[in-house]
Amino acid sequence: MKLITRITIIFISLFTLTAHAALDIVITEGVDSARPVAIVPFKWLGQGPAPENLSQVVAADLRRSGRFSPVAAFSMPSQPSSSRDIQYAQWANLGVEAILVGTIKPYQDGRFVVGFELIDVVRGQLSGGKAKMLSNGNLIASNAHILDSRETVISRAEFRQYGHRISDIIYEKLTGDRGAFRTKIAYVLVNAKNKYTHRLMIADYDGKNEVEILRSKEPLMSPSWSPDGTKLAYASFENQRQQIFIQDIYTQKRSKVSAYRGINSAPRWSHDGKKLALVLSKDGNPDIYILDIASKQLTRATRNRAIDTEPSWALDDNSLVFTSERGGKPQIYRVNLVSGKINRMTFDGEMNLGGSITPNNEQLVLVNRTRGKYHIAKQNIKTGNLQVLTKTRLDESPSIAPNGSMVIYGTMHRGKQVLALVSIDGRFKARLPVADGEVRAPAWSPYIY
Amino acid sequence: MRLNKIVKGMVVAAPMMILAACGSTSTTDADYQETQQVTPTDTTVQTGSLKKDVSPAEKMRLQLAALRQEHIIYFDFDTSAVSNQFASLLEAHATYLRAHPSTALVIEGHADERGTPEYNIALGERRAQAVARYLESLGVSAGQIELVSYGEEKPLDSSRTDAGFAQNRRAVLVY
Repeated sequence: MKLITRITIIFISLFTLTAHAALDIVITEGVDSARPVAIVPFKWLGQGPAPENLSQVVAADLRRSGRFSPVAAFSMPSQPSSSRDIQYAQWANLGVEAILVGTIKPYQDGRFVVGFELIDVVRGQLSGGKAKMLSNGNLIASNAHILDSRETVISRAEFRQYGHRISDIIYEKLTGDRGAFRTKIAYVLVNAKNKYTHRLMIADYDGKNEVEILRSKEPLMSPSWSPDGTKLAYASFENQRQQIFIQDIYTQKRSKVSAYRGINSAPRWSHDGKKLALVLSKDGNPDIYILDIASKQLTRATRNRAIDTEPSWALDDNSLVFTSERGGKPQIYRVNLVSGKINRMTFDGEMNLGGSITPNNEQLVLVNRTRGKYHIAKQNIKTGNLQVLTKTRLDESPSIAPNGSMVIYGTMHRGKQVLALVSIDGRFKARLPVADGEVRAPAWSPYIY
Repeated sequence: MRLNKIVKGMVVAAPMMILAACGSTSTTDADYQETQQVTPTDTTVQTGSLKKDVSPAEKMRLQLAALRQEHIIYFDFDTSAVSNQFASLLEAHATYLRAHPSTALVIEGHADERGTPEYNIALGERRAQAVARYLESLGVSAGQIELVSYGEEKPLDSSRTDAGFAQNRRAVLVY
């Protein structure tokens, strides 16, 4: 009896471990500099327990952005559900600059009506929530303190996603930049104990809704998103040599696009979605090539006796940044695909590798090696000024969020390879631990919605 | 340092294997054990034997076979130069491959976990190429050799210590 119980418990705990294998986020640095906001728990206007904790999703998103510090629900002076009920002085005293309030009501077919208002505390306090403005010579009530307000019908399954939508709206209203809370990350999970040692996974940016899209007994590398967010290109060793595949993440349709003799690595999708930059060594040593996906036509972009690798497209698709050893040690260069001209971009430190350009075209994010340490850094493209962003160990594979606010990368924590996040200003840092195995090769999706 | 030990170990191990082969003639180790067990210890007679001389050619063959048991070539950080320490090991493989021109060899190139995965793929290939060139210089046909680089994707030692890194910077000969 006892043995049976014990076996059952072991089985269940193993099962739970698998179920919770998804990434979690642990913030390690940078909450102090964030702006205080209040995400008040939404008022449930139906019977029984509330369907989902929507405000928790929003607060977690905003905290993880590194830009905001949501006030804990238990330390809120009150929990209003409408802008009319807000006592502004209470919130102003807490230093809160914006409040989100809302309601959830039952609707037909098991769906729900979710309504919310985002309120500017400073403006609200100045007017007492009853601002007047001149319109056609008359003073009328103004809602200038209400930054946004919406009402939407959603199903039970859509709560989490709608929470991310609200976060996107808040982020954009308060920072002026587009939010990236409805994006995904692709990554490779490695566990030598499993029969299939390598698994290509996709999860929401916060590690939730993890889905396996490929498992293999041989290494998987370098996932790269198509700009429409429907496909991944990656390198696989399933045939005992490196080859590049494209896989539709919705239909599972898969095709081999590069299987030349030697290296077939580092695929990167162009911004127009028509081409893949990749690295082939079929002509003797690693050089950058461009594959036109529709016509399968291959063009050589670099020709050098040294290692050329890690291509990444400039925003206009007319040039590529890449890593080259042509100067002795690996540094980042840029090749103009029209003129063929090549310029060296990096000079600081012993090595610079794995460069990619931020969406605002201002920074080059890269892996910098100084005094034997590999860290994620950014270099201002105009001034050449280099700033190291991370302090973790053996950092590699940086991938930039589509709004340019954050970089996800691979690093070491307690002897295991994990993913970590650092904000582009270097202030906010977080780690994404995984329950079992190691995590490699993160790739942040483009905007999907 | 550690590599030196391996080489020294091989130098000791190879003659020992030859001796072992001499002693047990054609029987396997298991058979030999069994024979000993059934032989009573208090018989009135005991037999003696001469050690059979091994021809120099046979000696060489066994030596090479022993050397081919070693199939990993280690490298220094960020380099692909084949160290002199591996000269006899590679010589043994080259001799075998020259004698068996239809045998195919895959050389796997590997790197340690420092640097980026893509750069390490390139570095691993360069190491595999360096070993291939070495074998070719000893008369092995290029057509017998195939290269594959796994970069940092298949570490032998995942400790991420200097000793672990040294284990992982390697080329592996796979028949």
